[in-house]
Amino acid sequence: MRHDHLISARQLSRGDVETVLDRAAEFDAGERVARDDDLLGLCFFEPSTRTKMSFDTAMKRLGGDTVDMGTVESSSVKKGESLADTVRVVAGYADALVLRHPSEGAAKLASEFVDVPVINAGDGAGQHPTQTLLDLYTIRENAGLDDITVGIMGDLKYGRTVHSLAEALTEFDVRQHFISPESLRLPRNVRYDLHEAGADVREHTDLAGILPELDVLYVTRIQRERFPDENEYREVAGEYRIDADTLDAAREDLTVMHPLPRVDEIAPDVDETDHATYFEQAHNGVPVRMALLDLMLSGDGGDGR
Amino acid sequence: MTDADQELRVSKIVNGTVIDHIAAGQALNVLAILDIDGSGGEEVSVGMNVPSDRLGRKDIVKVEGRELSPAEVDVLSLIAPAATINIVRDYDVVEKSRVTRPEVVTGILSCPNTNCISTAGEPVESRFEVLDDAVRCGYCDELLREDLAAHIATD
Repeated sequence: MRHDHLISARQLSRGDVETVLDRAAEFDAGERVARDDDLLGLCFFEPSTRTKMSFDTAMKRLGGDTVDMGTVESSSVKKGESLADTVRVVAGYADALVLRHPSEGAAKLASEFVDVPVINAGDGAGQHPTQTLLDLYTIRENAGLDDITVGIMGDLKYGRTVHSLAEALTEFDVRQHFISPESLRLPRNVRYDLHEAGADVREHTDLAGILPELDVLYVTRIQRERFPDENEYREVAGEYRIDADTLDAAREDLTVMHPLPRVDEIAPDVDETDHATYFEQAHNGVPVRMALLDLMLSGDGGDGR
Repeated sequence: MTDADQELRVSKIVNGTVIDHIAAGQALNVLAILDIDGSGGEEVSVGMNVPSDRLGRKDIVKVEGRELSPAEVDVLSLIAPAATINIVRDYDVVEKSRVTRPEVVTGILSCPNTNCISTAGEPVESRFEVLDDAVRCGYCDELLREDLAAHIATD
């Protein structure tokens, strides 16, 4: 790792990813370190369950501790404090900050105001690079990270986990297929990055045609709140729902992933199949975030800390 | 008729700036970038769609009593990449330069993404990375390709 901050998956080279995933595997195998003096600041301006808890768990499993800003309603943000001021204050208490915020670019801005590492835990519809690291860890465990075909389906326009994952996969030998309603295609800036990276990319509105080719199917929620018209949502939502019958057409070793929470895009009967990997994926958040925190707090990136 | 002859079709200026070789049709956007709408009393001459040896057709803008700042030249380069800037003092061209595309423009364009943190009242200036055929917000990554003049930041 050669970064002071982790803001976007675009920062991550193949070598960076492999360093984090290898370290995560060591933690997964039971390695322990004692970062007793390290404190992680948790600044969540949006509700979060998995991401916040897994960062909290990861830091505590490393032997360190966390300080939590609390909810927006109970913080000085409610009084109108700027993000720049909030992070400057919390950075005075902690050795690194984890930031989730509803606005795109929030983590980038925060990184310009503090001297400690900032980790982007989701900025609006922008990026979610630590989710991507645990996604890559899960893919590597189940399918390998080279010479594979990955389908990413659902809300590709606003899904920050999709944006980060798509960009990170360009570092590997991966054929990427994007499946969504026309109105929820990948945003222009992500398509630009994929094109610039020379990625092997195809876009579809229908899963059936591509499903048999996939090694990995990454499903995201079609977000009802994004549609101006409820009927328009109903028309497309059902088409992007998978169940055990849908997967009859898939390869036996297809890995089905989802960043969670799911609503109804993956039927419960998929849970009973060998394809279901989303709960394992969620659990991988802890070793991967342990690895990332350990590397960033150790200053192993040659950044001088 | 040469470019120099065309330049003379609009009146010479005493002191100020002649922006030549603007892509045809972009003169009004250049004026928008310079925040010139006539209300400030500036003396402005505009030539549009005049023949050009280099561009085929071009626009020319002459602004009396004003020399462009480097920041203004930076952003001009985004919509008029072939433009030449002539600084005139006492009827003589004392500096002649072509615009060059900067790597970054700061504080000039406003991000059109209404959910971008740079538009949320935080203590930062907008910042855009200049790409070959677009500019990209340094905060939210939004790409801007068309109609950059419409996104010039206003106080």
